[in-house]
Amino acid sequence: MKILVITEQRQGKWNNTSFETLAAAQQIAAALSATVSVLVIGKGVDAFAAELAGKNVSEVLQVENDLLADYTPDGYCIALKQVIESAKADLVLFPHTYQVRDFAPKLAASLGKGMVGDCIGYRSEGGKLVFIRQMFQGKTAADVTFLGDGPWFASFQSGAFRADQVTTAASGAKPIQKITVELKAEQIRTKPLELFKEAKSAVDLTQAPLIVAVGRGIKAPENIPQAEAVAKAMGAELAASRPICDEGWLPMERQIGSSGQTVAPKLYLALGISGAIQHVVGMKGARTIVAINKDQNAPIFEIADYGVVGDIFEIMPALTEELLKAK
Amino acid sequence: MKIIVCIKQVPAKDAPLTITGNWIKESDIGFEMNEPDSFALEEALRLKEKHGGEVVALSMGPERVKQTIKEALAKGADRGIHIADDHFAQLDPLSSASALAAAVKNESADLILTGLQSDDQGFGQTGVLLAALLDRPHATLIMAIEAGEGKLKLKRELEAGWFQWIECPLPAVLTIQSGINKVRYATLKGIMAAKKKEIAVLTRESLGVGSQPTQKVEKIYVPVKTKKTEFLTGTPKEVAAKLVEKLRFEARVI
Repeated sequence: MKILVITEQRQGKWNNTSFETLAAAQQIAAALSATVSVLVIGKGVDAFAAELAGKNVSEVLQVENDLLADYTPDGYCIALKQVIESAKADLVLFPHTYQVRDFAPKLAASLGKGMVGDCIGYRSEGGKLVFIRQMFQGKTAADVTFLGDGPWFASFQSGAFRADQVTTAASGAKPIQKITVELKAEQIRTKPLELFKEAKSAVDLTQAPLIVAVGRGIKAPENIPQAEAVAKAMGAELAASRPICDEGWLPMERQIGSSGQTVAPKLYLALGISGAIQHVVGMKGARTIVAINKDQNAPIFEIADYGVVGDIFEIMPALTEELLKAK
Repeated sequence: MKIIVCIKQVPAKDAPLTITGNWIKESDIGFEMNEPDSFALEEALRLKEKHGGEVVALSMGPERVKQTIKEALAKGADRGIHIADDHFAQLDPLSSASALAAAVKNESADLILTGLQSDDQGFGQTGVLLAALLDRPHATLIMAIEAGEGKLKLKRELEAGWFQWIECPLPAVLTIQSGINKVRYATLKGIMAAKKKEIAVLTRESLGVGSQPTQKVEKIYVPVKTKKTEFLTGTPKEVAAKLVEKLRFEARVI
């Protein structure tokens, strides 16, 4: 079996989830006696290919084209379809990034295949691969298998595997194969314009050692001060899950999760946060996680060190008082 | 501008889930409009209010799905299309998208919108697959739409606070990022008006769409815990005191 890992880079920088997926591929390859090829796509990506050549893979595929300088779903799909067909890959793995969500299902469909996205792990059952993904916002897990012949397409969620577990090449750099693809400017229908960040974030939550975060359970904007009081008593920064920022109850810059900031504080106190995947990927690296939620089945408890099943509106004032007392 | 919005009906947010094999027990729980799709519907209604045209609400699933289509009509969609299918939950993303694509193929819509993903299965592939199957350009995670002559200028959300403007010709398929707008409530007048609006019923058979699944959900289950959680119990005051003590002397983080 041949596994092909599609890495992601933008403007001279890796998306580090690429290496988590490479680690996953190496582990699957070891379990199934498969080979791993790793691919980098873009324009002027020699340095990226050279870095990949130092990893424990059988080959590096470098796809270069002027029209691939900026990401477009059309450009990537047309180019990668050719590479996957000629490389005869059986399993194509992606990091589950926003970019991958944007093109990988279309790429798979262009080959008449399906994709299992956002996986958190895999199992090998008698040589058959079972992919594990979440459903119902993380309340359940699901075992998913592919039907029919490959190539099969799957993506792994950020944090599902560890980038530092990528093994390096035992003997010298691996061969880099430069691949030319047929691609015409008129085949690319969307036109990427400028990249930008919204008003520079005044709050850098990534540097905060203590974070108190609120979710839907806070119910209304007038309840935010209660959470603020807890944060203040603790000396913590206040953060939130996406719905709270979408509602405008806290500014976007205080959002934790896949579309906000990714943090790894000493303490993360989650108040009325259910623990949907999009939020958890942004905070599961915290050293100590405390969750307070009225629903004992909330997925946040799966990653919590300390849990309280209860009403945050009763616990927040009590907690503020105890914190102030302890000072 | 003619806009089709794909709307899924999903179990209500607080519905207790009872797992049966590879799906959940559907009796006894409530269903609601998939929240990410409600942002797509709102965006469609706003585009119609600004540029004129028609909004069509498209949904797939068993009979109960009609309620969600009616909600879309009450909010201002002009008509509905229901692909009646009792086995919708068992379909893989490509099979579902194939049915939706077949249903809209002859509508010659300028724009097809979907939400970011569904809150139940969460495949997050429908919009991109529709674009592939209908051979239209697409863009995902859209945070702003500026309509121009035959094309759109779109603000796409990337990761870690980055955004990008892109240009996309019409007709196109977009997936809308949650939070792009403030979703409206249906008015009483809207609810009354919806009663007169048409809902066309189709089936995969009538659309000539077979099913060649590419993947199978073997089973779903409550996730295996990776961490041992210590649950603290007692009155709010007791719990608060215990927690502060744990954080100070056990975890030593405060």
